[in-house]
Amino acid sequence: MSGTTDAVATRPTAGSDLAQVLELSPVESHLHPEGSFDLADHPVPTGLEEIWRFTPLKRLKDLHTEAALDGDQYTVAVDAAEGVTAVSVPVAESARGVSGYVPNDRISARAWDAAQSVFEITVAKDAVVEEPTYVRLTGTGTEKAAAGQLLVRARAFSHATVVVEYSGSATWAENIEVVLEDGAQLTFVTIQDWADDAVHVVTQHSRVGRDASFKHVAVTLGGDVVRASTSTDYVGTGGGVELFGVYFADAGQHIEHRLFADHTAPKTRSNVLYKGALQGQDAHTVWIGNVLIRKEAEGIETFEQNDNLVLTDGAKADSVPNLEIETGEIEGAGHASTTGRFDDQHLFYLQSRGIPEDEARRLVVHGFFNDIIRKIGVPHLQERLEAAIEAELSAAERAGAL
Amino acid sequence: MSTLEIKNLHVTVDTEDGAKEILRGVNLTIKSGEVHAIMGPNGSGKSTLAYSIAGHPKYTISDGEVLLDGQNILELSVDQRARAGLFLAMQYPVEVPGVSVANFLRTAKTAIDGEAPKLRTWVKDVNAALERVTLDPTFAQRSVNEGFSGGEKKRHEIAQLELLNPKFAVLDETDSGLDIDALRVVSDGVNRYTAQGDRGVLLITHYTRILRYIEPDFVHVFVAGRLAESGGKELADQLEAEGYDKYVKAASV
Ligand SMILES: Nc1ncnc2c1ncn2[C@@H]1O[C@H](COP(=O)(O)OP(=O)(O)OP(=O)(O)O)[C@@H](O)[C@H]1O
Ligand SMILES: [Mg+2]
Repeated sequence: MSGTTDAVATRPTAGSDLAQVLELSPVESHLHPEGSFDLADHPVPTGLEEIWRFTPLKRLKDLHTEAALDGDQYTVAVDAAEGVTAVSVPVAESARGVSGYVPNDRISARAWDAAQSVFEITVAKDAVVEEPTYVRLTGTGTEKAAAGQLLVRARAFSHATVVVEYSGSATWAENIEVVLEDGAQLTFVTIQDWADDAVHVVTQHSRVGRDASFKHVAVTLGGDVVRASTSTDYVGTGGGVELFGVYFADAGQHIEHRLFADHTAPKTRSNVLYKGALQGQDAHTVWIGNVLIRKEAEGIETFEQNDNLVLTDGAKADSVPNLEIETGEIEGAGHASTTGRFDDQHLFYLQSRGIPEDEARRLVVHGFFNDIIRKIGVPHLQERLEAAIEAELSAAERAGAL
Repeated sequence: MSTLEIKNLHVTVDTEDGAKEILRGVNLTIKSGEVHAIMGPNGSGKSTLAYSIAGHPKYTISDGEVLLDGQNILELSVDQRARAGLFLAMQYPVEVPGVSVANFLRTAKTAIDGEAPKLRTWVKDVNAALERVTLDPTFAQRSVNEGFSGGEKKRHEIAQLELLNPKFAVLDETDSGLDIDALRVVSDGVNRYTAQGDRGVLLITHYTRILRYIEPDFVHVFVAGRLAESGGKELADQLEAEGYDKYVKAASV
């Protein structure tokens, strides 16, 4: 069974001998499988594995097996702000691996092998960059699967926002590494606005330096199957992450977010909030929120929350928070998970004030997302999200789902 | 001049053992300008009457009609009834997370009037309405009823009553859970509303206390799903002295 692991022992010391610096002791965790660069260590899953049991393997377009991952059906447009470089670098010359990431599933390992180049986005040391940097990936077909590799590096004490937006049709297997050096502040936004037929399996690992703060905002709207595994660990005290997610699943869509906050250093923080709405037959969302507080991670604070709003019959939300604590010396740790159906009482109250039913529904759904949209606090993204929610609701209304 | 007529209203709720009849033939006519108080013991069906008029999906009308100026409103949706001129101040106002009071009120006002309120005066009107029921203007930015105290929720209902200004208002135990100051604030709000002269009120209450502040034209005793007796405000004094016992006994034989 691939559920047990000793993640630390296999962690390479790429970067700056970080594992040694931290002197992490081994841990028996059930939270994530063992990492390895060797494909042979990642057998093709059967679907019974803990980490695959929610995913519709048949719809992954052979990403586990024969999909060649050499596709070129996509374009990339970059709009880099001053102080930020964004270039494609051949694998051999790239700094990939610097986050300490080791592929922990087969698709990730295959994508790692297949990648020819690494798209590196680097925020210069001390640079304070107001304007967001945009990378827009547009897929032009799902027939030929492709592998993507992205590395975002926020050098020490830099301050920047990077937005990666996916649209169009693609079969996309991807590894993303994010490294925040000491004191860096990075907001990283991923927007999956894929067409209905896209398949996107992405593994993202971030490593957070001393007193650095990382904010990730995952917006998942489109795609046939989107599976995003997002992990984080820490290489110094005082680092913090905020992981926000907003998702909206329509009929037939599978959206899966798997989060793992690995508290590897003292006085670190993780705050996870994912909110999603589902509508239509066989809309399926999965949220796995894993947090591991290691023995050496004293004085940490963590909270994770997932809320789902099921708008119609036939939609299903799975939500599994998971907390493993190896030290009692912590500031706070908690989790919450809710999955609610559309509340008739809300509708009745609003309608009893004259508000027509469709508008009342809109108000309630916008209201559901309101707190997270405010907390995200990224300029422009707020309006963008409001508009996206509005568009999802209108589309469903036209389709007669609501 | 408007009329709200409740005719032979029978209402059931679904239970595990099938439909259970709660309202057993309610007859009542309210004309604009009148204040009717309905008093009755717990569980007699007062809220059921209020919710049935408003159109709550939990209740099934098995017989009868409710006419607003001759139109049977039971055929209308909840929001259509509100737009036709009905308002229900709820015994337990609902919390709606993430929807601000300001947004809620503007949307409701727009729906009821059929056009958006004038931006320039609207914010002032809202603040004034909140202030009249001693709610701080910051309430406009909070989520509807979320985290409001029981008394704040009731005062918020009255602020809505004044802003939406319906033809008929059903107030379901708006007085319960209020301290004496809040009771006065709420009563003043209702009295301002009725002072317009052409509005009707159905005031549902458990206690006679509020009738010291809001003077009813008619008092009805409500027991076991129907009106047991009707009279003037002296009936309230009699209920205060004697309680519902005699009516409850009579209804159970
Ligand atoms: N789902 C249900 N199943 C069975 N009985 C129900 C159901 N819903 C309501 N009732 C009953 O209907 C009756 C009337 O309830 P209602 O709330 O209208 O009373 P009320 O007069 O407003 O009481 P109160 O003074 O406590 O507010 C009660 O006896 C209640 O238990
Ligand atoms: Mg009641």
